[in-house]
Amino acid sequence: MKYLRNFYKYRGLMYEIVRKNIKLQYRDSILGMFWTFLQPLLTTIVLVFIFGNVFGKSSSGVVNYPIYLLCGRLLYEFYSQSTKRAMRSIRNSASVIKKVYVPKYIYPISNVLSNFITFFISLIVLVCFIIFFCVTGKNPPHITAYILLSPIPILILLILAIGIGLILCTLDVFFKDIDYLYEVFCLLLFYMTPIVYKIDALKISSKLFSYVLMANPMYSITEMFRCCVLYGEMFNIHHLIYSLGFALVSLFIGLLVFYKKQDKFILHI
Amino acid sequence: MSKPAIEVKNMSMMFNLNSEKVDNLKEYFIKLLKRQIHFTEFWALKDINLTVEKGDRVGILGFNGAGKSTLLKVIAGVLKPTEGTVSVSGVVAPMLELGAGFDSNYSGKENIYLYGATMGYSRKFIEKKFDEIVEFSELQNFMNVPVKNYSSGMRARLGFAIASAVEPDILILDEVLSVGDAKFRKKSEAKIMSMFDKGVTVLFVSHSVDQVLKICNKAIILDHGKIIASGEAEEICEEYNKMVSGGK
Repeated sequence: MKYLRNFYKYRGLMYEIVRKNIKLQYRDSILGMFWTFLQPLLTTIVLVFIFGNVFGKSSSGVVNYPIYLLCGRLLYEFYSQSTKRAMRSIRNSASVIKKVYVPKYIYPISNVLSNFITFFISLIVLVCFIIFFCVTGKNPPHITAYILLSPIPILILLILAIGIGLILCTLDVFFKDIDYLYEVFCLLLFYMTPIVYKIDALKISSKLFSYVLMANPMYSITEMFRCCVLYGEMFNIHHLIYSLGFALVSLFIGLLVFYKKQDKFILHI
Repeated sequence: MSKPAIEVKNMSMMFNLNSEKVDNLKEYFIKLLKRQIHFTEFWALKDINLTVEKGDRVGILGFNGAGKSTLLKVIAGVLKPTEGTVSVSGVVAPMLELGAGFDSNYSGKENIYLYGATMGYSRKFIEKKFDEIVEFSELQNFMNVPVKNYSSGMRARLGFAIASAVEPDILILDEVLSVGDAKFRKKSEAKIMSMFDKGVTVLFVSHSVDQVLKICNKAIILDHGKIIASGEAEEICEEYNKMVSGGK
């Protein structure tokens, strides 16, 4: 109860920080908010060109490679950006935390949320892609009623990002090395997740390696999302159970370590 | 008599000072396993007992490093005491460092809302107070300028204007009355005086005995983390003056 009341009092702060992050992100750039969908559009074109044409095979066996790639990239980008921002949030707001009492969890969570909103805006690109391919009739994606299920993988990803964000920002207060390590980890994650390739197109000889690929919750989440918006079919229920479970466990661990360590933050930042 | 505004019981605050520098992860783990990480304990505050009644204005005197700011931070809820309890009833407005919650890329106007939210006030509330804040800070022409282009005096004025607009029950002042030019200082002193009439409780840290005498009715002296004297402001200030001139 006490926590809820405290949260209610400071909900304004969460709103202000989300607002600030979004407003400041593109301030001083001429195109401003346009970049939220211009950036994924341009990077997708680059990736489609490189992995679809230059390196050849990636696009074979995929219904619609640009949409396939965009789905994965948007989700991955949201996950990596929001967790990175959340990781540094406590350090970046050191000046406030040292001077005024504020519930500290506000910072990582609002950083994830502000990225979530820019992610939503960037979904416009996906909608444009889908409309474009449906209208031109070239490799149209199968749009069915299952597209209405697409918020499910998105919500699971949000829970996952908040959980991982809380864990990372707690670690980051004590070991700044996490900053650099996580940077490398995100690069690894980009290639471990079937974003530019299709998982059954890989010739995997080792069983262990294929288990590692499957264990990645980003794999289940992107697969589910693609089922909804690209293949137009029901997603695999195992993906749902696994990724939801993973997300909830990480949220639980995140809240736990954050709660246990938050009073020590001020001594280290 | 109603509940005291601030009640500090047997409160101690300890910091760990690293006795040797451990600057990488590997070393840290090796030392941790060998149990070689030693910390020197440093008690910034030791066994503090302090009760402040509603409407009291308490001056906190002491030399540098006596623990004044640490005490204020504990009362403001920024630091959690190692031992003992602190209970505070009412809305606390900490003015520890003016403008600490500002974002330098944000304009003055946007920062008013941000800073207000940092102190736990809703947007609606700040909207009501907005004109008052702008007028008091005398920054009407600079509201749309990013705060990074403000001078330090302008920053402090804006910070003071926001923090003082919110009508708190408890006001924590850490040498904030030394900001800005003489004119603004007078104005901010007058503002704080006007808050006294509404029965606000004040904790005031200053090195200036004159200011303490002007503002406070009670005072304490902190030295090396202990309260060595407390009582009426006049007596304590006299004692403090003796400490200063007697070289302790």
